[in-house]
Amino acid sequence: MMRCFIEGIGLLGPALDGWQASRAVLTGDAAYLSAPTNLRASDMLPAAERRRAGVPIKLALAVGQEAFVQSGRDTSAAATVFTSSGGDNDNVHAINGILATAPREVSPTRFHNSVHNAAAGYWCIAAGSHEPSTSLCAYDASFAAGLLESATQVTVDDAVVALIAYDHPYPEPLHSVRPIGAAFGMALILAPRQTGKSLAAIEMEFVPGKADETPMLEPGLEALRRGVPAARSLPLLAALASGKATQVSIACFDHNHLNIRVTPC
Amino acid sequence: MQPLVISHITLANSLGLGSAATLDALRSRRSGLIPCAFEDVDLEAYIAKVEMLDSYRVRDDLSAYDCRNNRLAQLCLEQDGFVDAVEAARKKYGAARIGVFLGTSTSGILQTELAYRHLDPQTGALPADFRYAETQNSYSLAGFVTHYLGLTGPSFVVSSACSSSAKVFANAMRMMAAGVCDAAVVGGVDSLCLSTLYGFNSLGLVSRFPCRPYDADRDGISVGEGAGFVLIERATPDNSSGAMMLLGVGESSDAYHMSTPHPEGLGAKLAMQRALDSAGLKAGDIDYINLHGTATKSNDASEGKAVADVFGASVPCSSTKGWTGHMLGAAGITEAIIAMLAVEHGFIPGSMHTQRLDPAMEIDYRIENSEAKIKRVLSNSFGFGGSNCSLVLGREA
Repeated sequence: MMRCFIEGIGLLGPALDGWQASRAVLTGDAAYLSAPTNLRASDMLPAAERRRAGVPIKLALAVGQEAFVQSGRDTSAAATVFTSSGGDNDNVHAINGILATAPREVSPTRFHNSVHNAAAGYWCIAAGSHEPSTSLCAYDASFAAGLLESATQVTVDDAVVALIAYDHPYPEPLHSVRPIGAAFGMALILAPRQTGKSLAAIEMEFVPGKADETPMLEPGLEALRRGVPAARSLPLLAALASGKATQVSIACFDHNHLNIRVTPC
Repeated sequence: MQPLVISHITLANSLGLGSAATLDALRSRRSGLIPCAFEDVDLEAYIAKVEMLDSYRVRDDLSAYDCRNNRLAQLCLEQDGFVDAVEAARKKYGAARIGVFLGTSTSGILQTELAYRHLDPQTGALPADFRYAETQNSYSLAGFVTHYLGLTGPSFVVSSACSSSAKVFANAMRMMAAGVCDAAVVGGVDSLCLSTLYGFNSLGLVSRFPCRPYDADRDGISVGEGAGFVLIERATPDNSSGAMMLLGVGESSDAYHMSTPHPEGLGAKLAMQRALDSAGLKAGDIDYINLHGTATKSNDASEGKAVADVFGASVPCSSTKGWTGHMLGAAGITEAIIAMLAVEHGFIPGSMHTQRLDPAMEIDYRIENSEAKIKRVLSNSFGFGGSNCSLVLGREA
């Protein structure tokens, strides 16, 4: 069993414009309306890079920044775990198009932004962080993988870790073979010990066997959970929003799942 | 960290199939670099290629995963008795207790690059046989390997560019320490594709010649493909006497630039120092350093300064990329295994294609091969986005 304390939360998705603004929706106390994700470039980036930032960088920096502000932690002092099923999906589509026709002129910026860890690279520069940073992918289980990895860093390395999960739709023709419902990002600041900033404790176990995943009761949020790998985090976010002790189960493919006990501090 | 036993290794790359082929090529100074002949790529460059992949296929029951990257993964798993070793571990620990943590930068993207040439002229749709999850997605590699080996423990892919398959050692270390699994298959696979060849070329980072690490006239990388895997287990009185071990891991971020390393090697220095600290060792305890040594102007200058700062000029160092090319997401695992071969065989590889050592380097860079007693080695892997990882491997003090 791994125990972590959550000190900050970030959220940006369709009609989910920030953690504070979304809490009532997540607890079912306010209606979930439909609206596109309010993507914006972070003021953490210099102006030139802000203009060139693709969707993943916008998502990752927005949710990371929100979570850090809430935690009061210094962005330069935390390790980071980024997780995403894709990477910069618009960019990957563009590069495939460029390579399919002559002349194959891939721009340098396109290329270095196409690496899976581009958002991590921009974050570390903007955050001034020399701490360890990793970038994971586990297809539909990417959020679970990121949470598991973050919990091991907290418990084994005694580190403060920012977990940042994001995904966004591919353009066609890839959208048809890998439909991702919306642009969605979320972040958690996880620490090894309770502090005055602790919002909740999570106790997590990696359990063999297929799970009865915790669903979202609201149909729109459930569709979002199923439609976006990073949105598999929604039941955990809803548990955190409720302020009550709650048990959440998240699948890691068909073989395993995470059992997470959320206890408010 | 608690040292972990590396109980089995396997390699496949342009030097041949199996770790003995790589060792033999290193010893006989046979490089895998050839003038670029891959698909219809029209670049003046050298590459390191695994020729038999074009005609090779993955196992029938996994045919949905068939792509160059997973072919290379399977070809590698089939060498060095690796499948048998994993099977023995599976009997010992159970399939659910063995993790799979693998690095790749481009996974099966070649499949998508080729599919984009055959989009439906009316609808723009991808060909009907295109399999996204099993080929293009970065997880494809770990999905394929878990199925191939029949493992059901925790699994994911690390994709942090060229440090990917070094960082997976840290994932395995943490997962085992946290009790999530009892053993782990770690490694990495990257295969040739147009994205990396044209992409690195656009950055002016591809040499027209075979890459010349740490040479005064070095002018860029040669892209290669390769795969490597190791089986990691906890150290017990039964398995640890004289065993090859993972002794330390250090990770850091440059926080400097997306595609250029910190000029003073700040992130590299942090990664090396953290790896030494994690192993409880000092610089003088290291007998050989396998450098990242990509042969770009900036990497080698930055890494050279960092190594000089941490180790001075007393530890033999070399980059083996003149043999293998830069295997990107498979560089970390391949070079970790080469470093372990150095320990096992008392052999210090030099540097292929390096003619005149850059006089600015204040380190003991070796161009010629040599023999020496080696107990502990450090292997460096640095990637785009400023992602750094150093490993300490060898035998315990």
